Amino acid sequence: MRFGIVTFPGSNCDHDAYHVVSHVLGQEARFVWHKDRDLSGLDCVVLPGGFSYGDYLRCGAIAQFSPVMESIREFAAAGGYVVGICNGFQVLTESGLLPGALLRNNDLQFICEDKTLLVANGHTPWTVLCPETIIAPIAHHDGCYYADEDTLMRLEDNGQVVFRYAGRDGGEGDEHNPNGSLNNIAGICNEAGNVLGMMPHPERNAEAALGDGSGASLFRSIIHSFVEGRA
Amino acid sequence: MTPAPRSGDPSITESLISEHGLTPDEYQRVLGHLGRTPTHTELGVFSVMWSEHCSYKTSRVHLKTLPTEGPRVVQGPGENAGVIDIGDGWGVCFKMESHNHPSFIEPYQGAATGVGGILRDVFTMNARPIALLNSLRFGSADHPFTRRLITGVVEGIAGYGNCMGVPTVAGEVAFHPCYDGNNLVNAMCVGLVRNDQIFRGIAAGVGNPVLYVGSRTGRDGIHGATMASDTFEEGVEKPRPTVQVGDPYTEKRLLEACLELMKEDAVIAIQDMGAAGLTSSSVEMAGRGGTGLALHIDQIPRREPGMTPYECLLSESQERMLIVAAKGKEHVVHDIFAKWDLEAVVCGTVTDDGLWSIYEDGALVASIPVGALTDDAPVYNRPMERPAGLDARQVEPELPAHGDCNAVLKSLLASPNIADKRWVWRQYDHMVRLNTLVRPGAADAAVLRVPKTDKAIAVTADCNQVWVKADPFTGAQAAAAEACRNVACTGAEPIAATDCLNFGNPERPDVMWEFAEAIRGIGAGLRELSVPIVSGNVSLYNETSGRSIHPTPTLGIIGLLEDADDAVGMGLPPTGELVLLGTPRPRLGASAYAQVVHGVEQGMPPQVHWDEERALLAALKAGCAEGLIRAAHDAADGGLGVALAEMCMAGGGGLGVGDGVGCSVDTPAYPEDVARELWLFGETQGCAWVAVDLDDVPTLLSLCQELGCMARHAGHIGGDRMVVRDAWKTAMVDAPVAELREAWETGLCDAIGLTQPPPRA
Repeated sequence: MRFGIVTFPGSNCDHDAYHVVSHVLGQEARFVWHKDRDLSGLDCVVLPGGFSYGDYLRCGAIAQFSPVMESIREFAAAGGYVVGICNGFQVLTESGLLPGALLRNNDLQFICEDKTLLVANGHTPWTVLCPETIIAPIAHHDGCYYADEDTLMRLEDNGQVVFRYAGRDGGEGDEHNPNGSLNNIAGICNEAGNVLGMMPHPERNAEAALGDGSGASLFRSIIHSFVEGRA
Repeated sequence: MTPAPRSGDPSITESLISEHGLTPDEYQRVLGHLGRTPTHTELGVFSVMWSEHCSYKTSRVHLKTLPTEGPRVVQGPGENAGVIDIGDGWGVCFKMESHNHPSFIEPYQGAATGVGGILRDVFTMNARPIALLNSLRFGSADHPFTRRLITGVVEGIAGYGNCMGVPTVAGEVAFHPCYDGNNLVNAMCVGLVRNDQIFRGIAAGVGNPVLYVGSRTGRDGIHGATMASDTFEEGVEKPRPTVQVGDPYTEKRLLEACLELMKEDAVIAIQDMGAAGLTSSSVEMAGRGGTGLALHIDQIPRREPGMTPYECLLSESQERMLIVAAKGKEHVVHDIFAKWDLEAVVCGTVTDDGLWSIYEDGALVASIPVGALTDDAPVYNRPMERPAGLDARQVEPELPAHGDCNAVLKSLLASPNIADKRWVWRQYDHMVRLNTLVRPGAADAAVLRVPKTDKAIAVTADCNQVWVKADPFTGAQAAAAEACRNVACTGAEPIAATDCLNFGNPERPDVMWEFAEAIRGIGAGLRELSVPIVSGNVSLYNETSGRSIHPTPTLGIIGLLEDADDAVGMGLPPTGELVLLGTPRPRLGASAYAQVVHGVEQGMPPQVHWDEERALLAALKAGCAEGLIRAAHDAADGGLGVALAEMCMAGGGGLGVGDGVGCSVDTPAYPEDVARELWLFGETQGCAWVAVDLDDVPTLLSLCQELGCMARHAGHIGGDRMVVRDAWKTAMVDAPVAELREAWETGLCDAIGLTQPPPRA
């Protein structure tokens, strides 16, 4: 499977995503510069974490106007797989590829720590091989997911809520919610399921040396879905 | 050619000279170097270059005595950062620097730009930064400034480091009333570089172009270096415009552009613009190269119109670099910087006249022999005097026993200096770049894997200022030993150091004595452990209204693990045995126990026994390499009792922090209350607890015997209580680990009035 990792000038998890898909999972990968529009040959585009264009304004607000996002909109519309992690999720909501918005964390602090995620929908292309829960660190200042009531209901009804913050046993509860996200949402997908956005970083827990390695299951799932879809 | 004063320049008067921080003697030296009256621009340049911050005029004679050589040293002091060889062609490039004065005036920006500055020092050497550390000091937890300062400083460090994508992995935070008027912010950066691809700031090649790259120059930070070379009086708001404003997004692009550029064959020399900005970067490059340099100040990109040469030269605007390029390769620099949407402007040339010459629209406005600003800057051997009353302060205090060791342990764990610092480090991205094997709070040092090798490095920043104040020579030796022991407790061998020497007003003979003695102690200690210092920074004049801080010589240590898999943390495994390495010589003088329980700061710091210390470091390294040691933690603040509690509280989480694990330990402590508290909370050098599997105990004990390290099988791991018995097998400490942890986790936020973070997931 061929992955494209987008590099905005302020991206800083692009090399981490590259490392995981290419060195840990043995897939083809290349970087895509933010000023480029060429996504040819790619099967999955990763919008990595970081601070796209500094994000002094609103996270991801400027990135939606970048040349590469025009191509990504077309790529996603044609059914290509797109995943936005952390800042990438913010870019996807700002670009209208996913509904809702990411607000300041409710305690107004940057938070970096491991979180257990309940896989709320194990039938998406991104989660078919995931266990019931995975551990993925968060590292964000603006990760409080917000959407209006109708949108939220639609997301829930369609199974578009993919990950929720949970306790270690997978139990839900507001006490496990680090940032005030509505419905404890940690990640959502679009209606078609080919575009995923999530605040936690599965790439930070894709090797045994850095945790339990359960974050790799997300990447394994999408590779599996791609291979199955082609077969 | 003689520079002419510009119209509008103030005339050079005694009061103007004094405002620039130059003494009458120093001004006479200026006249001697120039053979004429300086222009206003030149006066400003002498002022910053001869400031303590840039010239090290007070510290230089003492710094020369530090050990700076060793077989692994690739680059010692004098460059932007030091480099130490870790094998396979890789070097670790690192340095620590203070940003104390600005962080007190404006905590967020002061701390943020401190991080920005130290990052530039490292990537200017062509090293990819892989970790940040910091050492912070604030006044008493209940001082009215403390909450605002710690909140701002931590957010500032987070705001800059997180955006740069460089993980902040380790450090320390401590509180003491001596910092009420002067907090300390020491930032350290660690990078990786190929040893044969290091870039230096040495101007060479007459006619080669000088390029200015990065942010535009504004009026911020003018005379920052001079401000940092002065004491504070009450009402410090006045110098606020001397604090710079950080832009980490620009620095991130500058980092990537510089590293990309250094892959091309276009750069002769490169230097970051830190303190004293354009002036010091250009002067230092010419000084190292033995060349001259001509700058056309009108070419410098500016944020606002109407800036004078004086302002451009002295601005400390952030995120700027100066590059000497190979003639004809200017376009390579332009192209790469344009890709990252950054400016790169030719602003001068390397000359052979030994002069630092500044032109404005073709007119010469400053011309100074380079040597006058570098090697021939004033050097002082300031008078020193052992502080009055030190003898009395060194008498070991007679402290009555408290009587309840459980209560003492809890109050020590809850005291802000020992309490959990999770509120601080959860605001730092400590995982980005995927190298952090041992995270903050999980060991005495952070451990990072070195990509493309099997190796890992352990990093720490540490200083016990109460020990150093009590006796600067002994205390600094102890600080050096402890910092090295911290990396050894992860299984690493300490291989190099950087220092950040924070002291009071050196014009006071007692402060100067503390400075000289502390440097002597650091030098002696690091020589004993064969650890060279390869970079460093001095921050003097940390004094407010006549009150100087405790001497605080922070040490940053790099440790090397040949095999990353050997790394251990401090948390106990669920089962196993406890072995105590080393010979405890506990004493309560200058201890956390004396301060927290009795409110006494008196007595001598614990003495280091170097043979034992070396044996301990060897045993820790060998025990981890052989796979015998599963967790290790040294006795430091709060002694053996607190160290053991910390291992219990972190237990059960492998290399991370788990839910806690109990233990049951027998000691030779006499059953009297005084003896029990001395054994549990007395502070000692050269000791560490290690966790071992039952079957491995004999192997570890014989390994230690071979290496000359005392080792005693002291107890068992397991259960959910921490139990420590005296020589009559009576429990001195018997408490649920969960209770200890409650005290430890809430201590910091309770003391300062911060919002508790939610419980660990």
